[in-house]
Amino acid sequence: MDETNEVSTNDRTTLTGLLGPITRRFRRNEFLQSLPFLLVPTLLLGVFVYGSILWNVVLSLTDFRGFGNPDYSSLDVELYQQMLNDPTFITAAKNTVLLMGGFTAVCLIVGLGLAILIDREIRFEGSLRTVYLLPMSLSFVVTSIFWAWMFNPSNGVVNYLLRTAGLDFLANDWFGDPATQLWAIMIALVWQFSGLAMIIYLAGLRKIPTEQYEAAQLDGAPVWIRYLKVIVPQLKTSTFSAIVILLLFSLKAFDFIYVLYGVNPGPGADILPVMMYREAFDANNWAYGSSIAVVLLLATFAAIVPYLYYQHKKDLL
Amino acid sequence: MTDPSHSDGAESRIANALDGTSWVRAGLYASLFVIAVLYLLPLWSAIATSLKTVTGFANTAPFVPPGFDQFTLDAWSSAWETLNPSIINSAMFVIPATIIVPILGSLAAFGLTITNWRGQLALYTLFIAGIFVPLQSVLVPLSIIWSNASVEATLASLGPLNVWELPYTQRYQAQFIELAVTHIAFGIPLATLLFRSHYKDMSEEMIEAARLEGVSIYRIYLNIVLPLSRPVFVVVMILAFTTIWNDLLFALVLVSNPAAEPVTVTFSGIAGAKVQQFNTIMAGGFLTALPTLIVYVLFTRQFAEGFSQTGA
Repeated sequence: MDETNEVSTNDRTTLTGLLGPITRRFRRNEFLQSLPFLLVPTLLLGVFVYGSILWNVVLSLTDFRGFGNPDYSSLDVELYQQMLNDPTFITAAKNTVLLMGGFTAVCLIVGLGLAILIDREIRFEGSLRTVYLLPMSLSFVVTSIFWAWMFNPSNGVVNYLLRTAGLDFLANDWFGDPATQLWAIMIALVWQFSGLAMIIYLAGLRKIPTEQYEAAQLDGAPVWIRYLKVIVPQLKTSTFSAIVILLLFSLKAFDFIYVLYGVNPGPGADILPVMMYREAFDANNWAYGSSIAVVLLLATFAAIVPYLYYQHKKDLL
Repeated sequence: MTDPSHSDGAESRIANALDGTSWVRAGLYASLFVIAVLYLLPLWSAIATSLKTVTGFANTAPFVPPGFDQFTLDAWSSAWETLNPSIINSAMFVIPATIIVPILGSLAAFGLTITNWRGQLALYTLFIAGIFVPLQSVLVPLSIIWSNASVEATLASLGPLNVWELPYTQRYQAQFIELAVTHIAFGIPLATLLFRSHYKDMSEEMIEAARLEGVSIYRIYLNIVLPLSRPVFVVVMILAFTTIWNDLLFALVLVSNPAAEPVTVTFSGIAGAKVQQFNTIMAGGFLTALPTLIVYVLFTRQFAEGFSQTGA
C-alpha cells in the first residue's frame, strides 16, 4: 500500500462513528429508530430463510413422506443413519465434492492465467474482458443446452474437431458416458465462471504496487518463476473470495444437471442438490430430502464460516 | 485510477518487466484472441445452428454459418411462439422483485449501519450468512408454506374487492406473487452486503452538516444517503435481475399451474422434448437468455463489480 492509500484508509470514518453525536441523543431508543428500516427485510428473512431452515431441520427428524401432513410427535435422527448406509448418497456426496473442488480449482487457475495475460497493458482489454465474462450472464438452463450441443456425439463441435484432427478414437458421447460426464460438466461450468475468477484476480493484481513488479524484474529468474514467487502469494485475499463465490455458484449446478438429465442423472453425475430434489419432489420422501438439505447446509457453512470470520476480523464485512 | 504509485509506471510496468521483444507481444495478443474465440465458440455454434434448416444443421459443422439454401428464421419464430407467454410470465415477477430487492437491501443496510444496539451485530451476521444458504435447505418448507398460504384465495376476498374480477387479471398470476416474495427474501442478504459496504465509507461532511441542522435519521436517509446510493442501486438491480431471471429451482418447486411457468421452466421443457430440433432449441436458448444478455452488454462494468463482491 502506498502512502495516499494508507491515509485514506485511516481517515475513513464509518457512518456509525460519525453519527455518534446524533445517535447518542437517541441512545435509548436506537433499536426503535432502526426498526422502520429493518422490520420488513428482517421479517422476510426470518420467515423464508431462517424460519424455513429451522423447519427443514425439524422435518428432517420426522419421517414425513407421501401425501398428508408431517407427524412431529416422534423426532429422531434415523434418516441420517439411513443416509450413511445409502450408496446413492455416498456416490452423490463424492461427486459433489469432486465437482465443486475440481470446478473451483480449475476456475482459479484459468482465471489467474487470464488475469495475468490481460494485465499487460494490452489494447482491447475491455472487449476481451466482456467476452470472457459473457457466459456468466447466461442461465444454467441455457448453458447446459448449448454445451449439450457442443458435446453432441454425432454433430457436436467437440467431436467434429477431434475427428478433423484425426483423433476419431477420442470422440465420445461426453455428457452420456458415465466415465466422462462429470468432467464434461466441469468444463462447461469452468467456461461459464472462469471470467469471474479473472475479474477478481485482475482487481487483486492491480492492487499490487509497481515496485513489486520491478523487484521481480531484477533477479534473473524466468518470468513464470517471478510470478509464482512474488506476485501470486500476494493474491491470497483474492483467492479466498474467489473460492467462496465459486463455491456459491457451484451449489447451483443443480439447474445445469437437472436440465441435462432430469431427476435421475445416474451415479456418474448425481450430486447432492439433485438427490435432495429427487427424494423430496419426485419420490415424495420429504423428510429424507430435508435431511440431505441439512447436510448440504452444514457442509456449506463449514466452508464459509472461517471465511466470514476472517472477513469480520479484517473489518471487511 | 487516481492511485499515484501506478500513474507513472502503470502503462509499462509489466510490459517492460516481461516482454523482451515485440513478437512476445504478438504471441500474447494471439493467445488472448484464440481464447476469446474458444469462449465464444459455444455461443457462436448455437447462433449458427439456430439459423439453419433441419437438414442444414444435420449436414454441416455446427460453427459454419448457414448457406443460402440452409438459411431460415423458422426456428426463431417457432421458439418465440412457444416461449413468448413464459417470457411475459418471467417479466411479471422478475421486474417487481428487481425493484423491491434494492429498496429493502438499502433500508436494511442503513438500519444496520446508523444505529448501535445490542444484538445488532448478530442480526447483521444473519443477514450476511443468508447469502450462503443453499436453496435446497428451504425447499420443502417453502413448498408447504406456499401451498397453504393460498395467495389466490386471499386476493379473491380482500374485503369487498375480488382482485380476479379486475381487468387483465388471471388467477394463475397469484403464483407470481409467491415467486416474487421468495426471490426478494433471498435477494436481500446480498443487497444488504453491497449497500452496507457503501454506507460504511460515506463521506463525513454531509452527514455532519445534516447533524448540525438537527435532521432526523429518516431525513438523512431520504435526502442524503439515498441519492448517494444510486450506483449501488444499479449494481444490485443488475445482480437481482440476472439471478432471478435465470433461476430454475424455485420456479420448479413453487409453480404448480403450467400457465404461470417462467421461461426457464418452459425452455428446459422444450429442450427435453424436441430432441432432434437443435435449431429451435438453440433459438429458444437465446430468447431465454436475451434479457440478461442485454443487461450484461449495457452494464458489463457494474455486472462484474457486483458479482465479484458477492463474497464481500
